[in-house]
Amino acid sequence: MSHSAKTRNSAYVPQDATPTRRFPLRELILFGVLLVAILAVYAIMGAAYSTRMLVEAACYAILALGLTIQWGYAGQFNAGVMGFVALGGFCAMFFSVPVNDAFWGTALPGEFGRVLLYGAAAILLIIGASKLDRLGVPKLLRTCITLVLGVILYLVVISQLREVTEAIESQAGFVGGLGLPPWTGWIVGGALAGGVGYFIGHICLGLRSDYLAIATLGIAEIIKAFLKNSDWLTRGTATVSPLPWPTPGPAELGFTLSRVIYLSFTAVIIAVIFFLLNRAYNAPWGRMIRAIRDNEVSAAAMGKDINKRRLEIFVLGCILMGLGGGILGTFNSLFDPQGYLPLNHTFLVLVMVILGGPGNNLGTIFGAVAVYIIWIMSEPLALFLMQLAVAFGEGAFGWDAPGNMDSRALQARVLVIGLLITMVLRFAPKGLFPEKIKSHS
Amino acid sequence: MNELAFFINNVVIAGSVSGSIYAIGAIGVTLIFSIMRFAHFAHADMMTFGAFMVLLLTTLFPAAGASVGVPTAVLMLPLAMLLTAALAVGIDKTFYKPLRAHGVKPIVLVIGSLGVTLILQGLIRLFSGTGGQSLYVDDRKEIFRLALPFEGARAPIVVTEPQIYLFVITIVAVVALHLFLNRSRLGKAMRAMSDNPELAQASGINTNTIVAVTWIIAGALAAIAGTLLSLDVTFKPDLSFFLLLPIFAAAIVGGVGHPYGAIAGGFVVGFAETLAVFNWNVLLRPFRDSLPAWLELPSNLAFVGTEYKIVVPFFILIAILVWRPTGLFKGKVI
Repeated sequence: MSHSAKTRNSAYVPQDATPTRRFPLRELILFGVLLVAILAVYAIMGAAYSTRMLVEAACYAILALGLTIQWGYAGQFNAGVMGFVALGGFCAMFFSVPVNDAFWGTALPGEFGRVLLYGAAAILLIIGASKLDRLGVPKLLRTCITLVLGVILYLVVISQLREVTEAIESQAGFVGGLGLPPWTGWIVGGALAGGVGYFIGHICLGLRSDYLAIATLGIAEIIKAFLKNSDWLTRGTATVSPLPWPTPGPAELGFTLSRVIYLSFTAVIIAVIFFLLNRAYNAPWGRMIRAIRDNEVSAAAMGKDINKRRLEIFVLGCILMGLGGGILGTFNSLFDPQGYLPLNHTFLVLVMVILGGPGNNLGTIFGAVAVYIIWIMSEPLALFLMQLAVAFGEGAFGWDAPGNMDSRALQARVLVIGLLITMVLRFAPKGLFPEKIKSHS
Repeated sequence: MNELAFFINNVVIAGSVSGSIYAIGAIGVTLIFSIMRFAHFAHADMMTFGAFMVLLLTTLFPAAGASVGVPTAVLMLPLAMLLTAALAVGIDKTFYKPLRAHGVKPIVLVIGSLGVTLILQGLIRLFSGTGGQSLYVDDRKEIFRLALPFEGARAPIVVTEPQIYLFVITIVAVVALHLFLNRSRLGKAMRAMSDNPELAQASGINTNTIVAVTWIIAGALAAIAGTLLSLDVTFKPDLSFFLLLPIFAAAIVGGVGHPYGAIAGGFVVGFAETLAVFNWNVLLRPFRDSLPAWLELPSNLAFVGTEYKIVVPFFILIAILVWRPTGLFKGKVI
């Protein structure tokens, strides 16, 4: 008995065995370290704080799964995770916040609907004008007519829209919500993010992969600018809170218990996503995706529709990001468009994915939780180090420290994230949990 | 005629200002794209770094400019260009070269450059704080008011001193770049390498030198663009994400790998932005009496509000990617 246990000791595991049969020592050790870290945080910071951190880490894990299928499965780099997260957060807010009678009880919804109808009619007119060449109009003339018509109709509709939105802002504050359960908002948020992803992907995926990065970076800033400045829709910088939870809130059960319930709720969602993604990865579809990633030319020669598959996986990733953004927004119970930052919502997720192991779902979840713990704990640590540096500087050189040390210490975290990205790319390009490539030799 | 002066101030001058800045930035991006074949996302932060160097040097020697008769910041610009060029070469040696040596896909270099973006941003914010600061530490911004030579024109055309420096420096930089690329051996070698790297290497061109020269030029141009932008408004450490999109749009509109295209693209994007946020009602006001009575013009006839300015380069980018992904001047890299 004891003898056989000894032979199964890790030292006896052959290093070059087929990966499927390998004893998962590395995974066990890393997850063990992670568990110890979580327990340490619980011991130091208290249960309510630590559970909140875990729920947020779980939401980030959904975002990271979205990015890992885009980057790890298909080699597409999305530099605008923040935009999709913000869309999800907005939908969660819009669907779950109570109905605003100051808006719905007046003539404003009718006015707003009229402008929307005008907009739809204008779009139809422009599309019609762009087809004029079928009636024998010369192409140059058609283009001119379409352009002029487009400019005029756009100006008409946009000025009407400005009037209505100003009226909404001054009379009703903002549109308010729909008063539906939050999960409807999450689903619609995912769908909306997928729709935006389809639009971007449709244009960029046939071109160099750099263009996708540029375009997603742009759309993220645009979505943020829209949410920040549309006071009639989102209250802009005034923020909307509280957002109702689908589970019993802290007021009924206390912080820790309600957060634990939310955490288990999120964990179930992650488990479902994880299961489905693993099925997809091992299915013929996943094999095809990886074939396209690894050798586009040969995959095309096999008759695979490369751009269509790429679009599928890009949209799927965006849907997950919208969903995760919705869950995160509901948990924070606050919709603040200015709180969406490229650093927190794009680059942090990127670090989670490339550190955990792109293309490896388990590694991605590990990366999400581990990086989020480091990220949260780095805030007090950075402040502490900065104070130490200031004390040292004042003592040794009589250095007069600037007053805004706190904000500068937080900037140091930007530096750390940047260093992490470049170091991982250089020294561990496959992450802590490398993608397991099955060999059939 | 006041409306005309208003138009010139808000569209012609403002458009040329942002157009020149985008053009200088886009030249650097397009050169890097054509030599190293990746989109360099850290470019906007190299611009910020250059401006920050100028700010540092100006705060150190605030009175240096007065002895020559130019603002100190302009005097310090060549020094900042040198420092930024050195930084660019250093970044390449530490971060991009090992990745290139591994033979990674270009998109991994893009992610690496995003990491460099964050490193630079963190460093700059750590040392400068997050607020805006004027580059005119000891000097005063001169403002020139030129009256229009028309009857009844009361509103003058307003040009500030940094804007004049901006136009002059842009022209000098563009002419110098043109001479370098067309007359010098190194410039010709650069063009050869951007056309066909293997052939260039086979004909005895030292690719390492070309890469270094590209970074030096890109870094120096980035320092110019960043400083001119900060001179015109103020120095802010967190501009980069708002600059990246117009600069990339300019480079792609002009055709990637095409320096002259990048200049044209920069001005296209710059003017498109100012035209889109301009309130066209101002120009229609003199004709108000002759317009038909049923036509009631709203007071704000701008295409987009200033807060949505970033939408303009994005849609230019989308339009060019849909209709002409090679750019207006048929770039080489797609």
